Amino acid sequence: MRVTVRLFARLRDLAGAGELVRDVPPASTIDGVWRTLVAEMPALGEYERTMSVALNADYSRMSAAVNEGDEVAFLPPVSGG
Amino acid sequence: MPAPGTLYLKEMSTGIVAVTSNRLDLEALTTAVASGSGADGAVTSFAGLVRQENLGRRVAYLEYEAYEPLAVRALQRIVDEALAAWPGTRVGVHHRIGRLELGEASIVIAAASAHRADAFAACRYTIERVKQIVPIWKHEHFDGGDVWLEGATADPDDETARQTAYRIACA
Repeated sequence: MRVTVRLFARLRDLAGAGELVRDVPPASTIDGVWRTLVAEMPALGEYERTMSVALNADYSRMSAAVNEGDEVAFLPPVSGG
Repeated sequence: MPAPGTLYLKEMSTGIVAVTSNRLDLEALTTAVASGSGADGAVTSFAGLVRQENLGRRVAYLEYEAYEPLAVRALQRIVDEALAAWPGTRVGVHHRIGRLELGEASIVIAAASAHRADAFAACRYTIERVKQIVPIWKHEHFDGGDVWLEGATADPDDETARQTAYRIACA
């Protein structure tokens, strides 16, 4: 199934794109989407312990299930204000 | 990505939140949160500005990036938290994104309440929570390079972080 991946700030720079479309197996989790990305772009892996994740523009957890057409976002530590 | 200039605005009875590439207007926000009926005894406001120095670096300008729909939701959550903590208080918060020059406002917050203690506290709480949980990032351009600034790992359900913001607000 197909999901849209959104990357921001330095994660976006490391990946060279802010939006990617990836095919992942049925019954995948956000963690599964992340593994797919890191296998492709190992440099992203440094964010595994400090990033947040969102599913369809709501904060979520790595264990959350994803469905066809979902938008999964990986967010470096924030620095607004 | 939404077109530059897209305004995400959500107005509710409890406050007004926005993420925008337009110049911020603290006076308009202050007017928007105040009841104007005499019920308020205080309105406090805060503006965060682009500073010329950061960690020994001479800042040239900042670029702010947001995950806009989630940033708006996070701002609304903060406003709701402030209302729960200080009942009757109305909070508005607008965050700017895109390129900002030195001295420009990146964020404006206004809080109105019957009493000054609640208005000050709600205002301070809001900026502390913005720094904890709103998905916005600063890209600092300085003399000699550029760097993405990274602060807190955003987790709105982290009660310890929320309590920290509350303690700072009430200090």
